Amino acid sequence: MTHARSGPKPAVATAEGRRVKAGLADRDGFLAWVMLLPSVVYIVALVGIPFLLAIAFAFSDVTTGDPSFDFVGFRNFDEIFADGVFWRALRNTLVFTLVSMVLIVLFGKILANILVADFRGKWFVRFLVLLPWTTPVALSTISWLWFLDSIYSPVDWVLRHLGLIDANIVWLGQPGTAMGSVIAVQTWRLTPLAAVIVMAGLVAIPRDIDEAARIDGAGFWRRMFEVTVPLTLPVIAVAGLFGAIMTFTDMTVPYVLTRGGPTHSTDVLASWAYFRGIEGGDVGQGAAIALFLFPLLLAGAIAILRTVRRWEAQ
Amino acid sequence: MNTVEVKGLVKTFDGHVRARRGRSDQVRALDGVDLAAEPGEYLVLLGPSGCGKTTLLRTIAGLEQPTEGEVLIGGNVVNGLPPRVRQIAMVFQSYALYPHKTVRDNIVFPLRAEGMAREEREKKATWAAELLEIEPLLRRKPRQLSGGERQRVALARALVRDPAVFLLDEPLSNLDAKMRATARDELKRFQERVGTTTIYVTHDQAEAMGLGDRIAVLEHGRVRQVGTPQEVYDDPSDTFVATFIGSPPMNLVKRDGVLVGFRPEHLLPVENVVTEPRLTMPFQVERMEYLSGDRHVYGTITGIGAQTRVIARLPATVATPLEAGETHAFAVPSERLRFFDAESGNRTAPVPIADAAIGDAPPGDAP
Repeated sequence: MTHARSGPKPAVATAEGRRVKAGLADRDGFLAWVMLLPSVVYIVALVGIPFLLAIAFAFSDVTTGDPSFDFVGFRNFDEIFADGVFWRALRNTLVFTLVSMVLIVLFGKILANILVADFRGKWFVRFLVLLPWTTPVALSTISWLWFLDSIYSPVDWVLRHLGLIDANIVWLGQPGTAMGSVIAVQTWRLTPLAAVIVMAGLVAIPRDIDEAARIDGAGFWRRMFEVTVPLTLPVIAVAGLFGAIMTFTDMTVPYVLTRGGPTHSTDVLASWAYFRGIEGGDVGQGAAIALFLFPLLLAGAIAILRTVRRWEAQ
Repeated sequence: MNTVEVKGLVKTFDGHVRARRGRSDQVRALDGVDLAAEPGEYLVLLGPSGCGKTTLLRTIAGLEQPTEGEVLIGGNVVNGLPPRVRQIAMVFQSYALYPHKTVRDNIVFPLRAEGMAREEREKKATWAAELLEIEPLLRRKPRQLSGGERQRVALARALVRDPAVFLLDEPLSNLDAKMRATARDELKRFQERVGTTTIYVTHDQAEAMGLGDRIAVLEHGRVRQVGTPQEVYDDPSDTFVATFIGSPPMNLVKRDGVLVGFRPEHLLPVENVVTEPRLTMPFQVERMEYLSGDRHVYGTITGIGAQTRVIARLPATVATPLEAGETHAFAVPSERLRFFDAESGNRTAPVPIADAAIGDAPPGDAP
């Protein structure tokens, strides 16, 4: 009896005491929802719904001229598969993404080393390194348009005066150089991001380990490839993943520089979907093309994240 | 020829905040250090944190460049040379094992950097692993090892290079107290077997006394005393060494411009001090601690100088009953007294002191 009486009483007392002190801000469950809600709304409204819409459109005959929704099955897919430009855009996307990613990671690693190095005037170099990342894309791509102009290009002017070329190169007018230019500009844009990510990995390496390697007689390259790179591999992979995703889904650079030309040689899936769906007016086909970004992206993201987890587990 | 020698070594660092504003606010981490380690010697650098002992070790290793002075290894000036050509091996406080490499790859890393042939370096790695009894661990990664095992791997990695000198930077500080005693013993036996000159940095006087052939006591970037453990303990060259080494530290009593120093274990109840001559003084007991068989008696002495709080360490063999609050006659053998200049803290010549008779200065009346 005494046990039953004395049991609940203190519990009530503490519960009352807590109600007096603890406000809404003390309740983790409530806080979690409040903090998460904006991003949930944002993702549902701006990612989830458009994604479902794209799937719906891909199986419809919606055009900009006739927005009425009629289910047409796989007709849109049959049509884009039959069109050689789709396969070309798919191949271009892969080349564009892979080459850019490799270059972004490579230059990102080099720039990260410069960012962490200690020397006189490093603040100015850091500012320069981060500049491409902070410049608006539309603005910087226009200056690149001037750099790559067929008549007024300062690059050509320098090369000509050095005697390396006889006549101006039409950078954006030939398939090979056009793709090269698009990749170069994309690399230039995303390298600072990769550099900052890799830098975070570099500063996380204990200084002792680098010093131990120095004492052990390892030179610059041995320290780089046997100590620094293996230890920063997870962050390098993250930088590569970011670079790949931001390149794969992006159409800004090809769109501004070449509009996918000459003759679709720099068309990527995103730009081709845009030209087909919005400018061409066939929303159904545009959506079907854009859907192809999804499985490839998903596979890439899963592959890289799994590798990262395996390295971390080791 | 000395294995390692430093001459007039000075190292200054810029103060962090003010250096930017162009005002020089330099910290002298090393302030004119002269020191030499003989072949095969175990030299311990001992001092409180911030005394410059690690900077000195890193300067010898070549990880820091001295502002002034010379570093000699094997008789050659190595200033400006990178660490890898200095024939040194270093064990870091954190051990700094390469976390992504197996124990074996960690050990052979310096050999691969040297360009040694595969067979030879495997043989060397196996030899080092046998010596340190870590063969079963060769395939593991550092994070699968305990602290003591990591330390042995770090030693093996240092050992395979056949260095002219081992530099050890507080290698025991990451181990728990029990491991530390075992590891200290292992380190000493290891060095005796290998016979390589070793410079060992620590702030722990027990490590220094236990390991060192000689101890260099540092403070504020200066060497205060170099000597065998016995010398620095029994004959400290100044009050810093006297109070830094020994636990509890040496008692210092001020008297007419000199400080009279004596170790707590030499201050005993008068009936236990049989040696003559001896210095007797009244001791008012305040408090007692019973530590691993010894009695640490805290109290105040009067009569031989200014009234001073001192500590007496009575071994278990001294059974004299003592109570807090009572005054008892204590004595120190005269040969155990050390004298220091009150101004500079340096050792001075002995001063004759007469016994203070009990009752001369009753504790209540003392100024």
